[in-house]
Amino acid sequence: MSLPIILFFVCAALAVAGAIALIVAREPIHSALSLILVMVTLAVLYLLLGAEFIAAVQVIVYAGAVMVLFVFVIMLLNASAEVRTNWSKMAMYVGVPLGIFLLLEIAYWVWRSSVGPNVANGATAATGAFSTRALSMELFKHYLFPFEVTSILILIAILGALVLAKRSE
Amino acid sequence: MVPISYYLVLSGILFGLGVIGFVFKRNIITIFMAIELMLNAVNLAFVAFARAWNQLDGLIFVFFVIVVAAAEAAVGLAIAIVIAQNRRSLNVEDVNLLKF
Repeated sequence: MSLPIILFFVCAALAVAGAIALIVAREPIHSALSLILVMVTLAVLYLLLGAEFIAAVQVIVYAGAVMVLFVFVIMLLNASAEVRTNWSKMAMYVGVPLGIFLLLEIAYWVWRSSVGPNVANGATAATGAFSTRALSMELFKHYLFPFEVTSILILIAILGALVLAKRSE
Repeated sequence: MVPISYYLVLSGILFGLGVIGFVFKRNIITIFMAIELMLNAVNLAFVAFARAWNQLDGLIFVFFVIVVAAAEAAVGLAIAIVIAQNRRSLNVEDVNLLKF
């Protein structure tokens, strides 16, 4: 086995372990730390795929900013271990079968697209990295309008967070 | 090189685990974390497809998804703070005004 394959399997195992730990953990802070593990391993996978800029953004924005926000709110609200409750009848008889159906459907389509007859010819991927210069040219030429719209979205999100979190007297 | 299908399988597994977390967790902050996990799984699929077809558009999509996820986390956590102040609890079972 070559080095990229070994690196992929190590990272994939860590990511799945982190995701399972997120679900199993009862303390929210443990879930947050597991999620940071998932995000960092995903950044390594992005590097493996040659997407250097996305890997950096993943670490800075997701593992950095967003998770600091989560940990800060957990500490602020003094979130303790969650209480287990019984499921409602609706969740038992409708939710669980629909959830299992959704997972089977995702598994089927992933299997179809990777092992089935419709497998893409470029499936073993080109080598080399995406150039960040080409990415920025694409972003600021073809996708300039969506880029500007996202800045308005961020502004609205800041205002919304301020208005919501403000103590109304 | 690693086949693209491996990345897609990992993406599917992570998305499924995110759905399971979203449905089964009771703490509102952990539910947000499950949503972030699903967004990350979709991002991985985007980057894998961008690699497979050697197109940059997939990476641009990931960029926008990350921006929207950051905005969503900011507003969502503000809502969580308001709920915690009003209900003195983070359990979603206690927020049942619209439940029939």
